Amino acid sequence: MQAFEYASPKTLKEAVALLGTRWGEADVLAGGTDLISLMKDYLHTPKRVVNVKGIKELAGISKTGAGLRIGAIVTVDELLNNSAVRAEYPSLIQAARGIASPQIRNMGTIGGDLCQRPRCWYFRTGNGLLAMKDGKSLVVSGDNRYHAIFSSGPAYFVSASSFGPPLIALGAKVKLTSATGSREVEVAKFFVTPQNESSREIALLPNEILTEILVPSAQGVKNATYEVRHKDALDWPLVTASVALKMKGNTVESAKVVLGHVAPTPYVAAAVERALAGKTINESAAEAAGEAAVENAKPLSENGYKVQLVKVAVKRALLEAVKA
Amino acid sequence: MPEYSWPPMDKRRVIGKRISRLDGIAKASGRAKYSSDTNLPNMLYGVLLTCPHAHATVKSIDTSAAEKSPGVKAVRVIAPAGTEIQWAGWEVAAVAAETEQQARDAVRKIKVEYEVLPHVVREEKLEEVGTRAKPSGERETGDPDAAFKEADAVSEGHYGIPVLAHCCLEPHGQVIAWDGKKLQYWPSTQNVSGIAADLGRALEFPAAQITVEMDHIGGGFGSKFNADRWGVECAHLSRAAGGRPVKLYLDRATEVTIAGVRPSAFAKIKIAGKKDGTITAWESESWASGGIAGGGLPPIPYVFAAPRTGIPNQRLKHMAVSLNTAPQRAWRAPNNQQACFLTCAAIEDLADKLNMDPLDVYLKNVDKTARPETYASQLKKAAELAEWKKLWRPRKEAKGTLRRGLGIGINTWGGAGHQSTCLTKIHPDGTVEVELGSQDLGSGTRTVIAQVAAETLGLPVDAIKVKIGRNSYPNSGASGGSTTVGGVSSSTRKAAVNALEKLFAVVAPALGVPAEQLEAADGRIQVKGNPAKAMPWKAACQKLGVNSISADGENIPKVAPKEGLNSQGASGVQIADVTVDVETGVVKMNRLIAVQDCGLIINPKLAESQIYGACIMSICGALMEERIMDPTTGRVLNADMEFYKLAGIKDIGEIIVHLDISPEHDQKGVIGLGEPPAVGGIAAIANAVANAIGVRVPMVPLTPNRVLSALQRRMA
Repeated sequence: MQAFEYASPKTLKEAVALLGTRWGEADVLAGGTDLISLMKDYLHTPKRVVNVKGIKELAGISKTGAGLRIGAIVTVDELLNNSAVRAEYPSLIQAARGIASPQIRNMGTIGGDLCQRPRCWYFRTGNGLLAMKDGKSLVVSGDNRYHAIFSSGPAYFVSASSFGPPLIALGAKVKLTSATGSREVEVAKFFVTPQNESSREIALLPNEILTEILVPSAQGVKNATYEVRHKDALDWPLVTASVALKMKGNTVESAKVVLGHVAPTPYVAAAVERALAGKTINESAAEAAGEAAVENAKPLSENGYKVQLVKVAVKRALLEAVKA
Repeated sequence: MPEYSWPPMDKRRVIGKRISRLDGIAKASGRAKYSSDTNLPNMLYGVLLTCPHAHATVKSIDTSAAEKSPGVKAVRVIAPAGTEIQWAGWEVAAVAAETEQQARDAVRKIKVEYEVLPHVVREEKLEEVGTRAKPSGERETGDPDAAFKEADAVSEGHYGIPVLAHCCLEPHGQVIAWDGKKLQYWPSTQNVSGIAADLGRALEFPAAQITVEMDHIGGGFGSKFNADRWGVECAHLSRAAGGRPVKLYLDRATEVTIAGVRPSAFAKIKIAGKKDGTITAWESESWASGGIAGGGLPPIPYVFAAPRTGIPNQRLKHMAVSLNTAPQRAWRAPNNQQACFLTCAAIEDLADKLNMDPLDVYLKNVDKTARPETYASQLKKAAELAEWKKLWRPRKEAKGTLRRGLGIGINTWGGAGHQSTCLTKIHPDGTVEVELGSQDLGSGTRTVIAQVAAETLGLPVDAIKVKIGRNSYPNSGASGGSTTVGGVSSSTRKAAVNALEKLFAVVAPALGVPAEQLEAADGRIQVKGNPAKAMPWKAACQKLGVNSISADGENIPKVAPKEGLNSQGASGVQIADVTVDVETGVVKMNRLIAVQDCGLIINPKLAESQIYGACIMSICGALMEERIMDPTTGRVLNADMEFYKLAGIKDIGEIIVHLDISPEHDQKGVIGLGEPPAVGGIAAIANAVANAIGVRVPMVPLTPNRVLSALQRRMA
């Protein structure tokens, strides 16, 4: 790890003043479960590390008139044990449970989950975010078993965020704050597909801190997350599906279906949403939704199996959502 | 000649008891100090620079900036200009500095120019490796062509088991202080007594001036016998830094990349049988790689190829594939897992062709093994524990989303005791020390030694001070090949008997009988058959005056079979019970049953623990573990513990261990157990999955990807 300056501000105002205008000047440290390994591998070499764990404004979960406010430094474990979240947002709880390591649940934060870098093994071994070598993608010609099935390139990594898909399905926003003010961004627009090596996979700017997540009320919204996992112990899911169904009696008024680990961002399966409107969720409707979800899939040489996993994850997430 | 033989089964007070391991609390509480916990005053940190290319020539290397880097005390060039590098991860240079971070910073300042050469790093598809595949053995017995023609059924299949890494939790490494006159060495090693000679040879420094100390090791599995290049370089760094101790441990990526792998094995297998299940012929074209030197032929057909009685008609052809990957090392039963998987998978596929229960096919063919009765009884016992008759269904009946299946794997191993010398000391205050230059790999060697000494001296286990992990103690073999328990138990037994004889000679006059009439039992020295005529242990030892007793005992492998304290030849059967989700391809372990014999068992609890560990490793190997090479860069893609997947507690299911303890096995003496139970699990799990889903998944580990592909091929 490269030597760095360490700051531990007590207020948000102090914190944003310590950030840089370009990536590489400063990194924000919360749980550190990703940042520290990025630094150890020299993938991030910030001149300054700004610890935000001591900033009260970023903490806590509270009910608001419109839904729920989750502070960015709320840990996965805090979220998992929060009664308001448990009561209304099973999709968030199921996503949190998928982070199958008590140590990471205790340290890792919700803000950190959204801001974490991709786990692509080409990126993590120093080949760059897009993993290009001599103008060719190492991913396309190499081992892409864990890579994107919904991408036209040049990025083929998958977003590793556990909470991105359910938050998008629930219509959540994130609040981003800089020294000059704050802005709210839909989580769906927070994730972006980088087109070149110098851009990032999230909309956060180098001078901003993700301060809170605003989740609309899920009253009357059936929601669930289903993860297909190779291992039950600590491991990244192979594919996830998060669904949020606004119901009218037994039929779906509107649906949101968002897939994880299949694209450089959480992937909104718009075709499924259209197909589900006005339907009653049962085994065959759920199965048809799964089929619709993979319409635009473009698997790479070694990840065709993920197409099948998407079908199953969507089907099972839908059935799980309407189970109760 | 003193009587060394083990006390009869029903007379043992300490041996055969389920005593918890003596260092269990220290390990569980973190108090046990592993070699990598060694931190000394004035210590420097060593870091390696490794090559990022799989095949390259070093054109130039410039260490000048690293030498000037803050805190740097020594810099070594390991691969000078002109060196041809054969795998990514090859050691190129090393630095020692005041802090680990300073050493890492300095290593990054070393400038190396490489001429990159073409590489081959994947061997799964033989047709893609070109001239890297070289013929490496052919064999033919009987008349395979005729046998295939006459057979009632022939099964043909493709099978593969990949390279996997030892992935020791404590990586390879050491601390060394070498001032030119003496060398102090704290390695993480399976070879306490022998490693000084290995290091000394490389340094041209007398082994007698090297002291080795190791209290605990965090995993070796066959990969930690030698000093290795990092040990040699660590010594040179220390010397160059004026003799200051240097700590050099591999980081996780380097550990997974270069510190040991199990070779792969792939085969096209044709196997034939008669309607009654008799296997009549075997034909295989196999290939394997364990790095640049290729990979040897696993012993196939496994177990069912006993001399004279084995599968009569065989034709084998093997190719060794040379890859630009780090070399193989011994991996817990070298080549046996591969052989077992290839063989048992082919046998169960043949059983399916014959419309037979594979259990019956194995039973039908036990006469082709070296131990027909043992395998027959173990198969039956394992089947009973697995509820085989109730739960097993033919492959063609597989249906539903969640499908349960059962499968079998069979193992065999030697496990004779290695050379071992033990020195037992009885002091006038009654304390007892037992010294051996051995090591406890986590298998419970310390505890076993204490039990044998306690049994022999008639004392409780906690009265014995076991001293291992120093090369100043009497020479004891490396822990490989499941040879440790046989070696140390025999030498400890003999040393304790010899020490006791000396004590009897001193005590006999006071008890008024000849020394031959004395025995040690229940903390006393007493007259045989007359416990009333006795002296407490402490009082007996006081008779020594100021002179302690020292006596040694040696296990010499050549003469050990005559003495009967240890021998070789273990066998076992594993049955896996799995559930496969056919929509996702995810395999879940329900149960893994292990029936195992291993001669006289000194501590059933530790023996069972060994088997639990072996079963867990088998689950990892069957479902998760594989080294993944990138074709373009030639580097390991999963040199971490994120995508180098190992099972966690939720992935293991229930493990049922049955130790085959019987007078018949007991009379063979002690036999090693480290390896045999690690052999059959992968085959059993792979067979259970084939049984569950109705089709063979050709290659392990059985990832969702591979399971789904196999299901799709069947539907197509």
